[in-house]
Amino acid sequence: MSEQLLEIEDLEVSFATEDGVLRAVSGVSFTVSRGETVAIVGESGSGKSVTVMTLMGLTRSPNARFAGTARLNGVDLISASEDKLEAIRGKEIAMIFQDPISALSPVHRVGAQIAEQIRAHEKISKAAALDRAIELMGRVGIPNARARARSYPHEFSGGMRQRVMIAMALSLSPSVLIADEPTTALDVTIQAQILDEIRQLTAESDTGVIFVTHDLGVVADIADRVLVMYAGRLVEQGTVDEIFYDPQHPYTWGLLGSVPRVDLEPPRRLPAIPGAPPSLVRPPEGCPFQPRCPHAFDRCRELPPLAPRLPDAGHLDRCWLTPDDKRVLRETGGRIGLTEGAAS
Amino acid sequence: MTGFITRRLASAVLLLFATSVVVFGIFEVIPSYNPARAIAGRAATAATVAEISQKFGFDKPVWIQYGNTMKLIFTGQIIDYQDNLNVVSQFVHRFSVTLSLVVPAAIIWMAVAILLGSISALRAGGWLDRGLMVAAITGVSIPVFLLAAALLYLFAFRLPWFPNTGYTPFGTDPAQWAYHLVLPWLSIAVLSIGFYSRVLRSNALDVINQDFVRTARAKGLTERQVFTRHVLRNALMPIVTLFGLDFATLLGGAALVTETVFNLPGIGQYEATAIGQLDVPPIMVGAMFTAFFVVLFSALSDVVYALLDPRIRITG
Repeated sequence: MSEQLLEIEDLEVSFATEDGVLRAVSGVSFTVSRGETVAIVGESGSGKSVTVMTLMGLTRSPNARFAGTARLNGVDLISASEDKLEAIRGKEIAMIFQDPISALSPVHRVGAQIAEQIRAHEKISKAAALDRAIELMGRVGIPNARARARSYPHEFSGGMRQRVMIAMALSLSPSVLIADEPTTALDVTIQAQILDEIRQLTAESDTGVIFVTHDLGVVADIADRVLVMYAGRLVEQGTVDEIFYDPQHPYTWGLLGSVPRVDLEPPRRLPAIPGAPPSLVRPPEGCPFQPRCPHAFDRCRELPPLAPRLPDAGHLDRCWLTPDDKRVLRETGGRIGLTEGAAS
Repeated sequence: MTGFITRRLASAVLLLFATSVVVFGIFEVIPSYNPARAIAGRAATAATVAEISQKFGFDKPVWIQYGNTMKLIFTGQIIDYQDNLNVVSQFVHRFSVTLSLVVPAAIIWMAVAILLGSISALRAGGWLDRGLMVAAITGVSIPVFLLAAALLYLFAFRLPWFPNTGYTPFGTDPAQWAYHLVLPWLSIAVLSIGFYSRVLRSNALDVINQDFVRTARAKGLTERQVFTRHVLRNALMPIVTLFGLDFATLLGGAALVTETVFNLPGIGQYEATAIGQLDVPPIMVGAMFTAFFVVLFSALSDVVYALLDPRIRITG
């Protein structure tokens, strides 16, 4: 068993808004080990971005409330002071964001921005930091790095900009890298390159990776373990094989079923889970997926605990159905997914 | 770059020309305008007025009068009607006074506005922010003549902390020079501090929510580094343009109320008197003088903006 880098226990994040208290993340627990890539999947509003941003301390604000712990190298990120967090951010845990053109400063040269990251934590000269930045740019596959370090973000293509962000994030060899939908804003061919880049670099340094995405194709490509989030809660957790081949939660079935398949008859309409995610200000009683679940029954009024139902202790889910029932219910015409007629 | 300079020079010439025509034209339209009578004075006879009219060429057609005036301006021979002084030389001599007034005031107001605007942005929504913004709106709303008179009354008369009025050149006595200018500097600064701090606050709040600021925090930079290197840097850019225009008009004499109240012999005071007496030559030279600075500073602020924002490049 690999060394555990990050341990999150019962994380809760809520925001006070005009309409009431918005519970963005409720009772999320998971771990990230050395060399492991954990993918967090879910719809928009499921709480996946808030979860990872909270790990970086970027959700702290006067109207935010936190509970639970997130231990990284012995320090609890949730309750750490601002000063302590500033020392950790970028050095032990780093993040790359979704849209690199807006995530990079438009008025600073690219090499200087990477050097800024280095100099934020190490006392070296600007020239030395710039040299390291150029070397990093070369390592992430930016050609002609020394000349290009003097360019500005708007002079790069999307894929190159994301490589810059990766270089910046990995510059101090953090223990954990968080990637928040880094390929969503890129086209598919570049996406593949960037994923390769991330995979290669993190393998070299055994970095733990948290990869937030809504794209199951990406998950299948890079994840070792998968966390499925819905309405601020973890609803299923397991290895990538377990999630794709033996999913236990009806929401996961819905996600898998909504991916268009080239090997089957094309449906008349694209399959989708009917309904919409619940309001996080007034979350429903019991299982959050119940209003949209085609297999809901009376027990679902009570919130199921996240627990393993199968002998395999690493595969957890939040559903009252027994594994035998699930096996029957999840197959629709030979594939895992939404029930007939659930596609609207 | 040469293309830029050429185009700006061409537009400068056009603007100066247009300004001169418009100002000249205004006086042709004013019904009570009779410069010959004004020069002749109260007790003049019709014959004197006619004689003056002929001497100054007021009986000639409008465009000839315009031509003559412009010729006199550019040969530096134009004289004002009221005191018979050479207008151009007056401007030259009085410019140092206006500079003494405007440049330190600008430094003061920009420094204070950036400080207050930053504090407001960082403490947005709090009591300090609200208090500063109320003060800013008050500063913007107070008419300059009221503020100048009030400062003079309170701090020169009631509390004899500052001298009454008047100007001491820097060369004569630097300490006295500054001493006489403190209240005038405040008169100009208060209004501008109010305005610029609000603009900076608004810009900073826009920038602070942008993604790259979040990235800067994610890098582990301190809050102060995030604010100065990323937020302020971007928030100040539009202010450069605003400041350029503001400063240009002030150099041209826009601080005329302050100069008049504090009896500073600057360009503004000269222009104010001329306007009151409908004395065309100083008004025309003043208008063109201001127009010249406006063009110069608007070109300069474009260049500075391009230096600050690499996404913008001056096209040649």
